[in-house]
Amino acid sequence: MTRPFSPAHLKRQHLLDLAFRNTTRLFAFLVFAILAGTLVSLLIGSLPAIRTFGFGFLFSSEWNPVTEKFGALVPIIGTLATSAIALLIGIPVSFGIALFLTELSPRWLKRPLGIAVELLAGIPSIIYGMWGLFVFAPAFADHVEPWLTEHLGNAALIGPLFQGPPMGIGMLTAGLILAIMVIPFIASVMRDVFEIVPPMFKESAYGLGATTWEVVWHIVLPYTKIGVVGGIMLGLGRALGETMAVTFVIGNAHELSASLLMPGNSISSALANEFTEAVGKLYTSALIELGLILFFITFLVLSLAKLLLIQLAKREGKQS
Amino acid sequence: MIALYTRRRLINGINLTVALLAMLFGLFWLGWILWTLISHGFPSLSLSLFTQMTPPPGSNGGLLNAIAGSLFMTMVATLIGTPVGILAGTYLAEFGQRGWLAPTTRFINDILLSAPSIVIGLFIYEVYVVTMGHFSGWAGSFALAMIVIPVVVRTTENMLCLVPNSLREAAAALGAPQWKVVILVTLRASTTGILTGILLAVARVSGETAPLLFTALNNQFWNGNMNQPMANLPVVIFQFAMSPYEDWQHLAWAGALLITFTVLTLNILARFFFRQKSQSY
Repeated sequence: MTRPFSPAHLKRQHLLDLAFRNTTRLFAFLVFAILAGTLVSLLIGSLPAIRTFGFGFLFSSEWNPVTEKFGALVPIIGTLATSAIALLIGIPVSFGIALFLTELSPRWLKRPLGIAVELLAGIPSIIYGMWGLFVFAPAFADHVEPWLTEHLGNAALIGPLFQGPPMGIGMLTAGLILAIMVIPFIASVMRDVFEIVPPMFKESAYGLGATTWEVVWHIVLPYTKIGVVGGIMLGLGRALGETMAVTFVIGNAHELSASLLMPGNSISSALANEFTEAVGKLYTSALIELGLILFFITFLVLSLAKLLLIQLAKREGKQS
Repeated sequence: MIALYTRRRLINGINLTVALLAMLFGLFWLGWILWTLISHGFPSLSLSLFTQMTPPPGSNGGLLNAIAGSLFMTMVATLIGTPVGILAGTYLAEFGQRGWLAPTTRFINDILLSAPSIVIGLFIYEVYVVTMGHFSGWAGSFALAMIVIPVVVRTTENMLCLVPNSLREAAAALGAPQWKVVILVTLRASTTGILTGILLAVARVSGETAPLLFTALNNQFWNGNMNQPMANLPVVIFQFAMSPYEDWQHLAWAGALLITFTVLTLNILARFFFRQKSQSY
């Protein structure tokens, strides 16, 4: 046992400090390595497909395991279309929820409502899928889809989107369920950024006689727009990568159709459905390349979201 | 003049009503989904769920092997992911003021936090399953650990940043070396917060299906060997729900009810913990 403050003791403590710092650094590096490793392993896995199909993979809609001809167009379009539907519905609803929680809700109701929104985020995605397939899709096919076809099916421009037999499963159903799943994510980011608006700004506007809506639309939203966009991107990232819920209801058809009521496929559902059953190196490799494409798309979207949110945080730091 | 005021008040009224409707819209889906789970899952709940194995179609059975497998894999994933996450988070909060590693890691961690879990499954498949030549419980646990890590990193860093600097300075002034300051003072001060993070991570992981599809696969039988494919609740639910057999579907609903209430309870517990913590300050 060395005496405290003896040179030997100090030296030992110094070494321990160094060891501790480097251990933690090593693990921080591990996080970094996970991402790099994912990228590299997916690249290696998809090499056979990349070599065989080249860039044509992205634009071919063929998907035939028998003749070993694969193209990613259908799943890519499916992923983008369902996510677009999700955002189209999710953004206004999330904005409404955030507006309600920050400006309208009585104080005692804020907490329970906040928890309810978070519970919606906590429900596992497989549950959304089961509910979607067994409960929502039949109801949707019976009550909503015939109405859509009848009223919108012959409209100009958007008409073809709503034609087809009411099957319940399909791109539109998948998009709707995705919308419900991203609402809690977008709404909670929006609520958080709405709350950082300095009360002085809002009070000044109220003092000039603005209505609640005018305060939100002309003061809160412009002040937080970067954060709001960041939140939307975060939701988009979720929607793009969501697997189980989409797998249940999208219908898994490798066919391109103009109608949203027809079954389609998304990258994640193609993976979930076909990966374990894929035989042959090329088939597996094509599926891994799909995963790589998904990874790239979500990486871009999430990076953008993160950069925007960082920017907002910086600006806030400057002003306070 | 009056017309302008009326119009503004009208717009205000309409938009706020729409906001209220949006809130109700959100609650409506939550209610509908929970109600579906209870009405479909409750009749299928029974004791045999916890005592019998998953059956072949057409006979009675339970979900014992799936429940055990899920619990086991979640536990192993948490045991692997938590130390890694806490250490990495500690680096970010305590030593991450300078250099390129900390900001980059922070950025990447946030991306991993919402990265598609199916891609993580693919990663483990490529790295572990292909190398070993077979699906296994270990692979499933590793995939889940990949999801635990970013959650724990995030909460650890956030919690450590909440610890007032005066605490660190006080400990340093007493002559404590930095490792002692971090382990005995700052980490200890944020135990509840970090526990909350772990709970949230467990909640997140226990419902994950996608990363298990091609790592742990599934197993019809009881299996205590981590080197073999392992049954787990989410994948069993997926298989049984998609099957045409009625009794399998009933089991799937019962499993869905179990899993959802476990996850939601963990979520609420975590929030409860956190609330106590923030009140104690």
